[in-house]
Amino acid sequence: MIEIKNLCKSFEDKQVLKDISAVFENGKTNLIIGQSGSGKTVLMKNLVGLLDPTSGEVLYDGRDFVAMSKKEKIMLRREMGMIFQSAALFDSQTVLENVMFPLDMFSNMNLRERQQRARTCLDRVNLVEAERKYPGEISGGMQKRVAIARAIALNPKYLFCDEPNSGLDPKTSLVIDELLHGITQEFDITTIINTHDMNSVMGIGENIIYIYEGQKEWQGHSKDIMESTNRKLTDFIFASDLLKQMRAAVRGKE
Amino acid sequence: MLLSKYLNTLGRYLMLMGRTFQKPERMRMFFKEYIKEMSQLGVNSIGIVLLISFFIGAVICIQMKLNIQSPWMPRWVTGYTTREIMLLEFSSSIMCLILAGKVGSNIASEIGTMRVTQQIDALDIMGVNSACYLILPKILGLITIMPFLVIFSSATGILGAYGTAYIGHVLSPEDLTLGLQHTFNPWFVWMSIIKSLFFAFIISSVPSYFGYTVEGGSVNVGKASTDAVVSSSVLILCSDVFLTQLLS
Repeated sequence: MIEIKNLCKSFEDKQVLKDISAVFENGKTNLIIGQSGSGKTVLMKNLVGLLDPTSGEVLYDGRDFVAMSKKEKIMLRREMGMIFQSAALFDSQTVLENVMFPLDMFSNMNLRERQQRARTCLDRVNLVEAERKYPGEISGGMQKRVAIARAIALNPKYLFCDEPNSGLDPKTSLVIDELLHGITQEFDITTIINTHDMNSVMGIGENIIYIYEGQKEWQGHSKDIMESTNRKLTDFIFASDLLKQMRAAVRGKE
Repeated sequence: MLLSKYLNTLGRYLMLMGRTFQKPERMRMFFKEYIKEMSQLGVNSIGIVLLISFFIGAVICIQMKLNIQSPWMPRWVTGYTTREIMLLEFSSSIMCLILAGKVGSNIASEIGTMRVTQQIDALDIMGVNSACYLILPKILGLITIMPFLVIFSSATGILGAYGTAYIGHVLSPEDLTLGLQHTFNPWFVWMSIIKSLFFAFIISSVPSYFGYTVEGGSVNVGKASTDAVVSSSVLILCSDVFLTQLLS
């Protein structure tokens, strides 16, 4: 479980995150949503330690990440996996080597065991056949799946995904969503996904946090969105006329 | 203002070097990268080093013969000056300036691209010391291979000089040999190697700094690459003055 308490982040005189408190439970897909520039990415960077908050606490199962020493932070980071918007695979390494990388760095397995584990992870994302290819030779969706395999190679307790569906077609996005949801439940990990994708929000959002201008505006399950009277949230989620009509139709049926 | 900017850059560079010179997390991974960098930065530069050194050796020999040699000069003067120029300046300093362009831009653009595509962030989040993992093998790899490049360069330059003697008939091979052997001081070889070790550190660490600290996109990577080459070239030239004074 990850808990943030009164988190604030400022860049010089501009306050980007304003007193955000939230709980991200394990075994659930936690989603952070919000408009571009609302502070989602800054919030995630504060969670993983790429930025230091101006004030507030980030607790990983009760351990205060902000107050930790550099060495303790490095140790805790080994319990994290992250999938970046651009997948961030190492260009000079094959798919198998990319997935083996965290194992090479931090596990005490021998080469055969490391290869075995990497292939198991690739099998979990249905990509065993691409193990000898380089990231530049596979599609964006496949790169994201490789990034997922790399992120789960060391059995992380916490999984972070920064817009995992960006640049993907709806069908591939669905595959990625199902994978992330499945992995979260299978390994009982705390997954936090930063997304704009409304299909993801409605499909796998078990704990959604809506950030509006740096503040937590709304929190709840995807099922609660239909009934929500929060104008800022509904304006964001049902931005298009088509979605507004769909919502009206669903509410009409009920 | 400008001084404060330079001091700020120097401070950030030293802090990065502090993070770089730490014990690698996995020696196995470090040695793998170290061997790879020796091959990429050093072995892959042998071709250009040999090519340039051969022709510069030949040109120096011709110029010396045409412009310095006279009835008032001893026969060995062309060979002697060719050897001294190759050994003392070309094979260490000028060759490192050339390598600053080839290797420096390569390092800055490679690390810069890794920065803008979040590959370095990925390393950091895994708990890997990204500076140590990426930069240390490059610095040590180039420092290891540089003395060999210097020796190859000097030898090829002298071979180029012999080319002008045997093929171009600019001077007789006997005169050239006499000059090459005249009052040979072995310390000059060591001096050349010691200088090149400092330059190898500059060529690898300065572009690594510019690449590692890139912010933005591809335009900034290009700018970092240019800045890296310019800065390392200027630093090589400045340190050459001090090192030459110190070692002579």
